Amino acid sequence: MPTAALLDRLRRVADAAVTPLEIDDVLDVFHPLRSGAPLRGRVVEVRHETADAATLVIKPGKDWAGHVPGQYLRVGVDVDGVRLWRTYSLTHGPRPDGCISITVKAIPDGTVSQHLVRRVRVGQLIQLGQAEGDFVLPDPLPAKLLLVTAGSGITPVIGMLRNLFSRAVPVQADIVLLHSALSRSEVIFGEELRGYAAAGLLRLVELHTDVDGVLDVAHPERGLATIVADLAERTTYACGPVGLLDALEEHHTAHGLPLHLERFRTELIAIGEGGTVAFADGTVVETDAATPILDAAESAGVLMPSGCRIGVCFGCVLPLREGAVRDLRNGELTVAAPGDGVAIQTCISAAAGACVIDHPRSSA
Amino acid sequence: MTVITKQAVNPTAHLTPADIELLGIELDAIRQDILDSRGESDAAYIRKVVDVQRKLELGSRAVLIASIFPPAWVLGTVGLSVAKILENMEIGHNVMHGQWDWMRDSKIHSTTWEWDNASTADGWKHSHNEIHHTYTNIVGKDNDLGYGIMRVDEDQRWIPMYLAQPLWNFINACFFEYGIAAYDLELGKNLAVPKEKRSEQFKENARKTLRKIRKQATKDYLVHPALSIPTGSFLPTLAANFTANVVRNVWSHSVIMCGHFPEGVETFEKKSIPDNETRGEWYLRQMLGSANISGSKFMHLMTGNLSHQIEHHLFPDLPSNRYAEVAPKVKALFDKYDLHYHEASLPAQVYSAWHKVVRLSLPNGWLATTTPTNAPQQLALLYKMTTGGPKVRRAAQARLQQQARRLETAA
Repeated sequence: MPTAALLDRLRRVADAAVTPLEIDDVLDVFHPLRSGAPLRGRVVEVRHETADAATLVIKPGKDWAGHVPGQYLRVGVDVDGVRLWRTYSLTHGPRPDGCISITVKAIPDGTVSQHLVRRVRVGQLIQLGQAEGDFVLPDPLPAKLLLVTAGSGITPVIGMLRNLFSRAVPVQADIVLLHSALSRSEVIFGEELRGYAAAGLLRLVELHTDVDGVLDVAHPERGLATIVADLAERTTYACGPVGLLDALEEHHTAHGLPLHLERFRTELIAIGEGGTVAFADGTVVETDAATPILDAAESAGVLMPSGCRIGVCFGCVLPLREGAVRDLRNGELTVAAPGDGVAIQTCISAAAGACVIDHPRSSA
Repeated sequence: MTVITKQAVNPTAHLTPADIELLGIELDAIRQDILDSRGESDAAYIRKVVDVQRKLELGSRAVLIASIFPPAWVLGTVGLSVAKILENMEIGHNVMHGQWDWMRDSKIHSTTWEWDNASTADGWKHSHNEIHHTYTNIVGKDNDLGYGIMRVDEDQRWIPMYLAQPLWNFINACFFEYGIAAYDLELGKNLAVPKEKRSEQFKENARKTLRKIRKQATKDYLVHPALSIPTGSFLPTLAANFTANVVRNVWSHSVIMCGHFPEGVETFEKKSIPDNETRGEWYLRQMLGSANISGSKFMHLMTGNLSHQIEHHLFPDLPSNRYAEVAPKVKALFDKYDLHYHEASLPAQVYSAWHKVVRLSLPNGWLATTTPTNAPQQLALLYKMTTGGPKVRRAAQARLQQQARRLETAA
């Protein structure tokens, strides 16, 4: 019998032995990082980069499919017992030890970033998604590169640089890195970047906005063209705040220069009173802040799962893909960023802004 | 118990509508306190319980592989029984209530959980979470009042079938998981419908339940015993699984009986419940319709914290590990509003519930009016009521009640 068929049969017997669980649920207890498990990782090192930033080195599960420097991944962490997902750039190229790393800057009031920088400990498990994103360097490399980064925008770029500089055969490329940060001490990976510059691997231009002001891309005297004289010969990769990226895009388009951008989507969910509720089938229902989504949807002819209608039975639970809802009993707000899918009780939740609800359920 | 609206003194008569709304607000505040402090330690608690349960079940099943040796059989059977109880009570029941949905962990979530029981999660969530928890103890609406096979309230009319209910109740206790499955399917009601007229929904649910029962039985009575064949322990392992299932069934049946059946737990008349029952009124009904079991921490864990039945009915979606903490606050409210907080030890509540099952297997007033001297006449009367038509029963019933009332006034 071929191995695959044998394994399949073994699995069926194992599943039958632990029903209603699956054998994976049991194996999870003992080996959460094995092949076949939902993708997770174990934190093996927490390294503080600046007062507000830390790098987490993570041993990913066996099914980690690898990544290209510059890519990002979704990370799910339990903050106060609640699983929240965020996206972070991978800050190392593929490492010999098979670990991956993310570097997180704690933003004020950032629930997840504060948790990751200040409270995560070595040994903890976190949930992972596979690497995504096309902000990667081409192969072969352009002869001349310009990397423009600001703040935590350095994170995808450091991954690229580490990868380039750790290769057995040194990469022959002319790289300029223009990095902008609030101050010298705020530069994440400052020491490392300056080391690369001292070793002649790249030309580093640091802008510290506390003394230098913000980079004015198109300024005739202090602009990009002044800082980088051979700008026209370079391919630009940039990551940073929206304002910077927009300015770069405008400038490079006007001059016909090649540009690759990575925009960190900070999902700002607009919180309001009432709003629209969109369903998977395309129906959009307009509701106010006092009407349960269940009632509003039913009035509009949507066939909804329902039960007690008083918030007790959880028979009306549906995933909120995106948006915000308010619990009509105590005013508590639940916010879902795209991709989240937070299960909400529609009978006691009113829309607090534009919502997208997954219904009919895509899977049982 | 008689529905509260027909009692001589309605236990809620002293409360004004304003009192009831105030009570609701105070209960909401207790709930909010827990919501505000719910967090990492609670999540760690349920994950720990799940972890311990899985290791205990696996360990017990491993020990049972050598169950031909009596000590292994005893150890494995005890372990498996405890594991199955934890799985159904502290984990399954509570997860399916959505008590842990707030963690946003799809592995411990009301929409994904399936439990080690003949009843499907979907069927259970409908009949338990939706019907029982919403219409708690409303005669004619809450099928948990006797599960449709027993008379557990004076206001359910007596018919001869109920004479056998102590026996039903015992059999139901031993095979409780199948009783629940049949109950969730409303099997009795649906089987009464001619086959070709049964709803598609019922047929689909019945198929799912049968599939689940088959899988459950395959695990406990085939796969696991087969794994024990190398040590010659097929039959002992099968017996161990059967025993563990019966232990779990009897235990969960007892705990659940204690929740609503003990003497003194109130029931409600369908027509006395307003269409737009307020949150305060709903809370009040939950307060009077449930009974607690007092005992040790381990006992609370093994009942899935249903020993805090009152708190569970008030706040079915609060994490079970927090009920013990809110109980004193809830009890203080009972005192403040002069209501009876029904609490007793497990043996006392089990006895009380069984006493009610036996008492109500007989016509109202029969037990109260029977003495050693009039026993022969009483038995003859019972025989007449059992064999006679509804008319005979009605007349005899009226007489019994009159006598019982007279006795009461004399006492």
